[in-house]
Amino acid sequence: MKKLLLGNEALAQGAIDAGLSGVYAYPGTPSTEITEYIQKSKIAQELNIHSAWSVNEKTAMEAALGMSYAGKKSMVVMKHVGLNVAADVFMNMSVSGINGGLVVVVADDPSMHSSQNEQDSRYYGKFAMIPILEPSNQQECYDITKYAFELSENLGLPVLIRLVTRLSHSRAGVATGERIVQNNIHLPKIATQFQLIPMHARGRYQHLVDLQPDMLEISENSDFNTFYDGANKSIGIIASGIAYNYLMENFEDGKCPYPVLKISQYPLPKEPIKQLFDTCEKILILEDGYPFIEEAISDFLGENRKVIGRLSGDIPRVGELNPDNIANALGFDIVINDNLPKVVLGRPPQLCVGCGHNDLFNAINALKNESASQQVFGDIGCSALGVLSPYESINTLIEMGSSITMAKGAADAGIHPAIAVIGDSTFTHSGMTGLLDAIIENTPITVIISDNSAIAMTGAQDSAASGRLISICIGLGIEEDHLKIITPLHKNLQENIDIIREEINYKGVSVVIAQRPCVQLPKEKKDKLKEYTNVSIN
Amino acid sequence: MHTKTNIILAGVGGQGILTIAAILDTAALDNHLNVKQSEVHGMSQRGGAVQSHVRISDQPIYSDLIPQGKADIIISVEPMELLRYLPYLKKDGYLITDSNPFENINNYPELETLYNEIKSHKNHILIDAMKIAKDLGNSKATNVVLLGAASSLIPLSDESFQKAIATLFERKGERIVAKNLEAYFKGREIAAEIVS
Ligand code: SF4
Repeated sequence: MKKLLLGNEALAQGAIDAGLSGVYAYPGTPSTEITEYIQKSKIAQELNIHSAWSVNEKTAMEAALGMSYAGKKSMVVMKHVGLNVAADVFMNMSVSGINGGLVVVVADDPSMHSSQNEQDSRYYGKFAMIPILEPSNQQECYDITKYAFELSENLGLPVLIRLVTRLSHSRAGVATGERIVQNNIHLPKIATQFQLIPMHARGRYQHLVDLQPDMLEISENSDFNTFYDGANKSIGIIASGIAYNYLMENFEDGKCPYPVLKISQYPLPKEPIKQLFDTCEKILILEDGYPFIEEAISDFLGENRKVIGRLSGDIPRVGELNPDNIANALGFDIVINDNLPKVVLGRPPQLCVGCGHNDLFNAINALKNESASQQVFGDIGCSALGVLSPYESINTLIEMGSSITMAKGAADAGIHPAIAVIGDSTFTHSGMTGLLDAIIENTPITVIISDNSAIAMTGAQDSAASGRLISICIGLGIEEDHLKIITPLHKNLQENIDIIREEINYKGVSVVIAQRPCVQLPKEKKDKLKEYTNVSIN
Repeated sequence: MHTKTNIILAGVGGQGILTIAAILDTAALDNHLNVKQSEVHGMSQRGGAVQSHVRISDQPIYSDLIPQGKADIIISVEPMELLRYLPYLKKDGYLITDSNPFENINNYPELETLYNEIKSHKNHILIDAMKIAKDLGNSKATNVVLLGAASSLIPLSDESFQKAIATLFERKGERIVAKNLEAYFKGREIAAEIVS
């Protein structure tokens, strides 16, 4: 019988069945459940598949590459913006190539349900010149992942699988197949493969360039790229990934009168696209994300209006696709109705009742009343909700770790007080190096690490910072006199205000750790934390 | 006749609408039907508006999202959240909701205005599911009362719902299974009175 699985879970099962030896990841919506599925899988435990969280996406991808170097199959999983963090190793491992199969899974978030942008990871795949796979449904998530490992080993290259939120977080019945045995350790055949000094890197890069025609041929013959002919040639449709489903939803019993090219593998297959160009009056491009295909196949000057899609305005330029905006582009008589009765008000996300961030923001806001020039640089995670009412405590929110370094730059420019607010796991993910910058110059900033001992926003996963924050800060060189621990509770409000004020007044870098566990943590974890919090500075 | 039902589940992050989704999924699979069910993870789960689209059919299901105007039923555990998805409701579709507000925003509308808006739709079931669940001794079963209220409108057998509830709550012990079955029956019974 089929199992009902999220797209994320189907992908994870596909990886286990492909002979995976290790998954490396940092949690991030919408990708988190892939790794969690493997962490919970009994069979994965029996097979000793590595699945512990990494500190960030870069360390995760490098570890995956190390496992591949050793000859085993590995996977690295992240949300779209995580690939920015891992971009260094990502771009270079396409040049070195891989040994054991290596699959990079990136979940994009069109419409920014839980993200700060809607960047399209297919550009990264193209940038790195590696194959990209884009499943359209849950069954394909499973099948494509098994295939991805095979393709990776055949080409000796990492392979990128791109998901989108709606597929990651939607369930359907999935049929699973045989499990392939895991690889044994076997080192790379060419000793210089992973030694990217310029003289070797040039050869590897040439090899990558030489592989491009092979990749195109594989893509043109791939079962995941399918051409369905249709009698009505007024439009030819190219639908990639999940867009194919939204398209077919618009036709009773899935009978589309137009020729349709469904794309789930890149590089773009030239042959069938040429066929569409030759036979159809217009080409409609449906893709969830940026106009990646549209840009690749439309003419530069835009004079030839044969290709339509997001760039031409037939599909909205931003936001995710759905059956309705596609119906609109097909010229169906539908009215997209966004009008709600007046009684329906927005309900933005907010901090849980009993969240320590709440009491921290109250203290920060009290200090803002004392000093109008105060600027607060925020960071990713639950603490980002401090941007919203009722707090409005945070002035900036850009990406992981930027609170500390932006505060530093602003302080360099003369802003005082410059306060950074960062969660504990965001600090270990990308904040530590920035703090070191500030310590080296003793920049007058106050860094508040809001330590809830969890990667809270994504579901209270273990934080790499737990039990280590104090020693990390001291190790980086924070003066012990300017490392303060507070407990953000209402009864401590005045005391906390006084402590933070004192550190703001200090003309150098200080760290205040605000410790209060996330209420979403399971009880066993909270108990374990008590051991850590008993550790005092001296 | 094809079996094809589109259901939107609505609520506030943390209210647990996915329990209803899981029961529907399990019951549909038990009837050898296809299911697609989208859900919300991430930021909105922190007290924001969340929804789940559940699609059940004996035909292949393409889209994970229900198109506008194609939902047969909207089941909500909160009255204002019910109305958020009105553009998805079919012309003669059903609105089913708990009457208790979840007030975590400042300017939450007047309840009467909300109820009047709901009542302006011919097909609606507006019940105090939370009280029903509490009276049965399990306030957590509010969701299951609402599912019970919707059950006769969904082309899945009564037995398959019961079986799904038993399966999903099995881990929590016999008492919890029994309490949830009671909640389901009570919801079904009350809806029968309202609909008839
Ligand atoms: S999940 Fe934890 S950190 Fe996030 S808002 Fe809730 S209590 Fe606060």
